[in-house]
This record gives sequence, structure tokens and C-alpha cells, in this order.
Amino acid sequence: MPEAPLPRPALAAAAPPRRERALPPPLVLAGAVWLVLMLLVALLADAISPYAHTALDLRNRLSPPVFLGGSWLHPLGTDELGRDVLARLIYSIRTSLLIAFGATVIGAVLGTVLGFLAAHFRGAVEHAVLALVDFSASIPMLVFALAVLAFFGNSMVLFVCLLGLHAWERYARIARGLAIAASAQGYAFAVRQLGAGPWRVYLRHVLPNIASTLIVSMTLAFPEIILLESGLSFLGLGVQPPETSLGSMVGYGREYLTRAPWILLSPAVVIVLTTLSVSLLGDWLRDRLDPTLR
Amino acid sequence: MSAPLLEAEGLVRRYAMRRGLFGRGVEIAAVDGVSLRIEAGRTLGLVGESGCGKSTTGRLVLGLERPDAGSVRFEGRPMPPPGTAEWRRLRARMQMVFQDPLGALDRRLPIGEQIREPLDIHGLLDPAARQARVFDLLHAVGLREDHAARYPHELSGGQRQRAVLARALATGPSLLVADEPISALDVSIQAQVMNLLADIQARFGIAMLFISHDLRAVRQLSHRIAVMYLGRIVEEGEPDAVLHDPAHPYARALVSAIPHPGRAVRRILLPGDPPNPADRPPGCAFHPRCPAAVARCRAESPALKPRADGRLVACHVAQGEAEAPIRQAA
Repeated sequence: MPEAPLPRPALAAAAPPRRERALPPPLVLAGAVWLVLMLLVALLADAISPYAHTALDLRNRLSPPVFLGGSWLHPLGTDELGRDVLARLIYSIRTSLLIAFGATVIGAVLGTVLGFLAAHFRGAVEHAVLALVDFSASIPMLVFALAVLAFFGNSMVLFVCLLGLHAWERYARIARGLAIAASAQGYAFAVRQLGAGPWRVYLRHVLPNIASTLIVSMTLAFPEIILLESGLSFLGLGVQPPETSLGSMVGYGREYLTRAPWILLSPAVVIVLTTLSVSLLGDWLRDRLDPTLR
Repeated sequence: MSAPLLEAEGLVRRYAMRRGLFGRGVEIAAVDGVSLRIEAGRTLGLVGESGCGKSTTGRLVLGLERPDAGSVRFEGRPMPPPGTAEWRRLRARMQMVFQDPLGALDRRLPIGEQIREPLDIHGLLDPAARQARVFDLLHAVGLREDHAARYPHELSGGQRQRAVLARALATGPSLLVADEPISALDVSIQAQVMNLLADIQARFGIAMLFISHDLRAVRQLSHRIAVMYLGRIVEEGEPDAVLHDPAHPYARALVSAIPHPGRAVRRILLPGDPPNPADRPPGCAFHPRCPAAVARCRAESPALKPRADGRLVACHVAQGEAEAPIRQAA
């Protein structure tokens, strides 16, 4: 980043000198564009989809996509029941984004709040949170999810909340550890002794300071949740047919891997690009949020 | 003497420590019966080696920690428990300056906002006047107005400490606890910050508890000096008196360690290990290393009592209660 070595002029007194915002690097820009595109697709799914995702075209079963010699009738081909892959992809993006973003945010908020509670109250609260963290870390998520979904039945809300529990213990550990370190001898202790209440200490000071770590953790959890969702959908416990998600498309397309790889390839490409974009953007955001790296 | 601004009586603070994985918990008395008074506008210097409980005393005096025994009274009223609304209101009256200014500042906020924060917290002044107050404070500590927009990492060590000081002064406190404010700074910067502290005290009439292990720094700033050893004050008096003619054997050894250019002074080298608060010797805590120790020192802990010359000393020998190797008890 360009950094002026000369002393800044004193006219900056009234308005703090904002450094000119440099454009993010092209890769990050591409990632952001991709994510915006995905969000638009998810929001406008009903408008832009060429067919309903359940519509059958039995005369054109397993027809290849355009670039493999197929027709423009089904640009990305069809599956074994003659359903349009593009239409299914569009609806899958909507479902998967909802699940992945929802679950990531739920996990991050839940974990951070519990971590802060543990750091603030210490004692019994901290022990309870840490016991929960250990409990959560020691139970295989897949088995837990199987049990819960088999017992309570399946609904979208329950499914998203369940996946939200996936990585909360990581956020809790990070938030607790960093908050304790900050209150012991750092800026948080200093602000506390200025007379600040806990809300100000945690929201205005501790949270921005640990945000970079939490954001990195979120970018790691996001692809994991997409994969977990695919795994559960593949086992028949996640998204139920006729609803579709990127994971279940990959799961069902697996059977036709040799005869009709396009069924599996297009959702796989979307998964890879989306998770890559989230990682790139998160990394860049982390650097932007840290004034010492500017 | 006027009524003291701050009065601490018999402060005790113990910490539980575990030795090894299966070891028994050991209680360590970091501060073990410290009493002190600070008058308005005066400075008490607190000296002692690292680990003797200086910083803990500072935190107890500010009410940031609750003492296990003893009490702190500020302006005649007892210190409210930490975290209560009353305690938070009191923060505007008493402030702290830290050893590590970079750690004490939030590196994600510009200096100006951090200096304004105490005003925001306590709702002092109206929002427009706060910004003017920030600039006044920056001038008072020798920073420029354009420093307000800088982040902590963009300032030098001395400038950071000035910013911490400006934040501490924002609410116009009547007591400032400076916990080793110069030990993390370069020697050339130390003098500047010392002068600044002296200047600010003269200008604003703030009472100060100045904690340091640097005897000369303490002497330059303090109206009274207290020497701590292993959680207790062993000697307290006027700086010149204590530093020219220390009464307690530990203070004597400490003073003899000040280097004097061009003057050969015999340094008193203390035998034995530095003290371990988990393994406190019986009787006077200093007796295993004391050159003047007598039998009574091993059995009975000396109390901090005034001597004829007005100085407070906790030593059987210096009080003339025990037979010293040289002079006889009266």
C-alpha cells in the first residue's frame, strides 16, 4: 500500500485524514463480483430460472450441455429424469447460500456471545461454557445431526440451526481467550478502569480487535458447512427432494459420474468458486480492518 | 496536614497458586498489610524490586481489585465494589497510567477518539465541547492536534505514553496512579515523560501514586517515598531523608545501588536469593538477607512505626528495640 513518508499537513485537525482507498486486488474483486452474482441468483431465482426445478422433460433425459454438443433448450444439460440442470442449479444456490450464510452467522454469534460471557463472568459461567465447548468438540457433528434430525424430523429452520452449531465452539474459544487476555493487562483493562460498562468494553473495543480472527474462522467454517450440508443431504437427512441444494445435486449426480458428469460438475464448480470467493474476501477484509496493516 | 485524599488501611491481597500439576494450592500474599495515605496534590512514590507488590497495591488503591482484608477510603468514603455504578462514576476522579502504553491503547481507534472516550463514558461536556477538550489535552501533554487522527502504532513510545496520560487527564481526576510509567521507554524519553508528569501535577494539582523501581525517578517527583519489600512497606518518609540516610537495612541496600558518577560508594550486596512470596520467611521477611539481623528478627515481625525523626520504619534494629551489632537498646 502507498504510505506517504512525509509528515502530514496540520490541516488535518478538523477532518481526520482518510487515506485514499485503494481498489482491492483483482482476485478479491473477482471474488466479490462472484458472491454478488450468487446473491442475485439466490434472490431472483424465481425470475431467472428457465424452468421449475422439478419440471420433467422426459424426451431429453441426460442430454449434454451446450459445450458438449447439447442443445440450447437445456444449456447445462439435464439429469436422469430430464430435469434442467441450470434450473436446479439456480434453486440449489438459493438453498445452499441460505443454509451456509445462516449457519455461519448463527455459529459466529452464538460462539462469540458465549465466549464473551465466559470471559466476563468467569467462575461458574465460564466452567459451564467450557464444558459445553468440550462436549461440542468431542461429539462428531454428523452423528449428532443424525440423531437430532431423526428425532425431531426435518425442517429448514431446524437444519440451519443445527449446522449453526457446527463450529460455534471455535468462536467461543477464540472470543473467551482473547477477551481474557485483553482484560488482564491490555486495552480492555484500560477502558474498564476508565469507567466503561461491559457493553462498551466488549462491543466497541474487544470485538473490533478480535474481529480479524473471527472473520478468518468464519471463512474456514463456511466451506465446511457447505460440505456438511452436502454430506447430510446425501444421507437423506438434509435437504429433502424435491427441494435441492448444491450438496444434494453432487450427491445424486455421483451415480452418473461416468455417463453424465455435467450433473455433478456444475454444482461442484459453484461450490469451489463460492468458497474460494468467501476465503479471498474474508482475508482481504481482515487486512482492511486492521489499521496496523494499512 | 490536610485530610488525606486517599487512605488505605491494612490492605491484604492474596492469590492462589498451584505448584505443578498435582501440587497443593499455595496462597501468596502479594500485598500483606499495606497502609498509606495520599494528600490532595501530593505525590507518594512507591519503590521496591519487581514482584514486591507495588502494582497490586496500585490496583487495590484504585479499587480495581478488592482487597482480601483492609479498606480503601477515597475522600473519606469507602471504595465501592468494582463494577457497580457508583464505582464506575468514581473512575472519573481517579485514573491510571500504564507501564506499556501500546498495550493500554486500542490499536484500532485513533488517539483522539480514545482520549475523548472517558468524556463519552461519563457524559461530561456536550459533544461539541468534547472535541475542543481533546485538543486542549493534546496540547497539555505536548502532542499536536493532528496526532488526534493517528493510530497508536503510528506514534513513538513517548508519544503513546503522552496519549495515555491525556486520556487519564480527560475527566480532570484528583488522583493519578502511575504504574511504572517510564520503565518501558527509552532513557532519553524517560526524562521527558518525568518532566511532563511533574509539570502536569504542578499545573492541575493532581495527587499521584508514583510506582517505580527507579529510585531517582521517584525522588524527582515525590513528596514522600515508601519502600516496599515482599508485600509490606518497610520504610516511609521524606525523599531526601530516606535517600540520604535510609534507616531500614533493605532501603540502605537499595539506595547504595544508585550509581554516582565520579564518587566511589561502597555498594551493599545482599546475600541470598530474591524473596519468594510463596515461601515467606518467619519473623521479619528480610532477615535471611539482612546484614544487621538479630535473633528477634527471626521470631517477630516488626511493625511499621514512626521514629523520633518522624520517619516510619519497620525494623527492630532501626527502631532501637533490638540489640544491633553496633549500638545497644535504650
